[in-house]
Amino acid sequence: MDAKGALKHYALVGLGFALMVAALYMVFIYVPTDKNTGAVQRIFYFHVPLAWIGFLAFFVVFVCSILYLTKRDVRWDTIASASAEVGVVFTSLVLITGSVWAKAAWGIWWTWDARLTATLVLWFTYVAYLLVRHYVTEDSQRARLSAVLGIVGFIDVPVVALAVMLWRTQHPGAIIFEGGLVPSMLFTLIVCIVAFTVLYFVLVAQSTRLKNMEADIRNIKDIRMD
Amino acid sequence: MRGSLSKVLAIFWKDILLEIRTKESVTAILVFALLVLVIFNFAFEPETATMNLVAPGILWVAFTFAGVLGLNRVFAIERENSRLAGLLLCPIDPMLIYWGKLLGSFTFMFAIEIIVTPIFLVLLNLPLFLPRLLLIIVLATLGFTSVGTLFSALANNIRARDIMLPILFLPIVVPVIIAAVEATALVLQSSPWGDMMTWLQIMIAFDIIYLVVATLVFQYVVEG
Amino acid sequence: MTAWAIEVEALSKSFGRNRALSNIDLKIGRGEHVIVFGPNGAGKTTLVKVLSTLSKPSSGTVRVDGEDIRSDPVKVRRRISLVSHDTFLYDNLTVYENLRFYGKMHDVPDLEENVREVIARVRLEPRLHDRVGILSHGMQQRVSIARAIIHNPSILFLDEPEAGLDPQAVVMLRDVLESVNTPERTIVMTTHNLRQGVEMGDRVVILDRGKIVYQASRDDIDTVNFYEIYQSYTGTGE
Repeated sequence: MDAKGALKHYALVGLGFALMVAALYMVFIYVPTDKNTGAVQRIFYFHVPLAWIGFLAFFVVFVCSILYLTKRDVRWDTIASASAEVGVVFTSLVLITGSVWAKAAWGIWWTWDARLTATLVLWFTYVAYLLVRHYVTEDSQRARLSAVLGIVGFIDVPVVALAVMLWRTQHPGAIIFEGGLVPSMLFTLIVCIVAFTVLYFVLVAQSTRLKNMEADIRNIKDIRMD
Repeated sequence: MRGSLSKVLAIFWKDILLEIRTKESVTAILVFALLVLVIFNFAFEPETATMNLVAPGILWVAFTFAGVLGLNRVFAIERENSRLAGLLLCPIDPMLIYWGKLLGSFTFMFAIEIIVTPIFLVLLNLPLFLPRLLLIIVLATLGFTSVGTLFSALANNIRARDIMLPILFLPIVVPVIIAAVEATALVLQSSPWGDMMTWLQIMIAFDIIYLVVATLVFQYVVEG
Repeated sequence: MTAWAIEVEALSKSFGRNRALSNIDLKIGRGEHVIVFGPNGAGKTTLVKVLSTLSKPSSGTVRVDGEDIRSDPVKVRRRISLVSHDTFLYDNLTVYENLRFYGKMHDVPDLEENVREVIARVRLEPRLHDRVGILSHGMQQRVSIARAIIHNPSILFLDEPEAGLDPQAVVMLRDVLESVNTPERTIVMTTHNLRQGVEMGDRVVILDRGKIVYQASRDDIDTVNFYEIYQSYTGTGE
């Protein structure tokens, strides 16, 4: 990485770090405790950004998949795979934090509403994407097949959300994650979302750089062997 | 254009012929679907009220599992003798291969559903003449096979193909399963047409979206 | 109309980290019979797959009958054909049904007539309505050849067609190949069989580790000593 790139990278990391510190302060010290559900409600400030990133990450996979298939530049595939790896972690955390929060605040671990179900389906799609990448060893085939899955899988998410939403009007279940936000809560939430978004970009950038370096090393080894 | 249609039909007819010749897959999968129904019957309390509630779910779970088995077969038969390579050597746009295979997998799955459904209705003492159920089956099967045919070709390239197909396929078809189960429940309760409309619309939208998307991306799955 | 049936320029093909073909340059004229030799892993099958549009080049250009295979592969496929160790046939369909299927896929006119003609050329008329699965591998290969010529391709690729055949079947195969020969048809064949291969071709090419290491027209080489030539260029004995 050249000097300018390194500078941009470290600036991003620094910004992310600062934002995270600010976010943590705001979540644990600044924002008032929720009247209805108590201290455990603070998970909300992590849960929502994680959910947003989970979906953003797969949107990035979707876009990079299309770009790879049309341009055939392997770098798009590398970004897609980095984004998927970060995305699956975030989505897993969403499901876990959501369950913990729901149990503590409303007494149930899970309910089949549109958001949760769509998130669960997204998680399965991530897993399928990563499994395909794991099983296909040849680089261009792996990129091609996972790109197809990235496209098909992403389109499914809104369809699932819609279907479950309609299903729920037929079979209403427990309602959770509702409630209004006072201004300080909204502000905290926004800071957290921005902080996590920056974190996402830092992680994906790091992962992509690492994968590109690994690929370069492999290429050098092969040229040596020729 | 006419040339394209005849090639799609040629692929479709070849697959039908192959199945008629061996009859092995359709019989085995049919038996499997019936077994799933039977096992589900034991999984629930045998009271009529419970049964009527869970009946639509049972039917569609049976079709989903049987469907996955059938879909595995769609491109598995092209593996021996490198037949898929033989198809790709023909002067044919890859999307026509998709459509030919789609017709075959739809017909296959539909044939199984047509046989299993009356048996299911009899087992649960439900009314037999339900034309609306036919419409649901057609729309849902189109949804399953539009995605399934694409993923059958995709999974064909992967080592653990038999387990990868359901992992790829099931999350995507969740909307179809939801809509099919809900609509079937309404039909069994003899609800008016209007109630079913939303579910039919979801299935139609799903079918159109995925038929278009699959047609566009299929070439990337089979290219060398 | 270009003079060349096949023009290959700087063709390279990699599978991930594996460099199967490196910088191949090759020009094949119409009606020429080119035999490609090489040890296992040399890249013979990869070369045939790229030329027959089954595989995309990683870099370089390939023109078949004047058409770039990247820009219009469908058009290229009308004029070429491939016979390989895999027959591409459906074991549970009859010879007749297989040929009709491939004939339809290639828009062959007067399909009925053409099916009968090609099956006569490969001398398997009595087996026309037998299921392919019950035929011996040698006969299946002949049906595969019938499948390959039914649309009268101007270029025929053969990838080790005699692999897995017993000596009698190999002789039969050679006869059949000669009988389907037409003056305008270009043939590119890969083989392990040095002696027979050299006799069949107008030109020989030796491939080793993805590169062309030797090329000569048949008149220029001493066919009797071809084995030595082959050994010296590939450093292997076969």
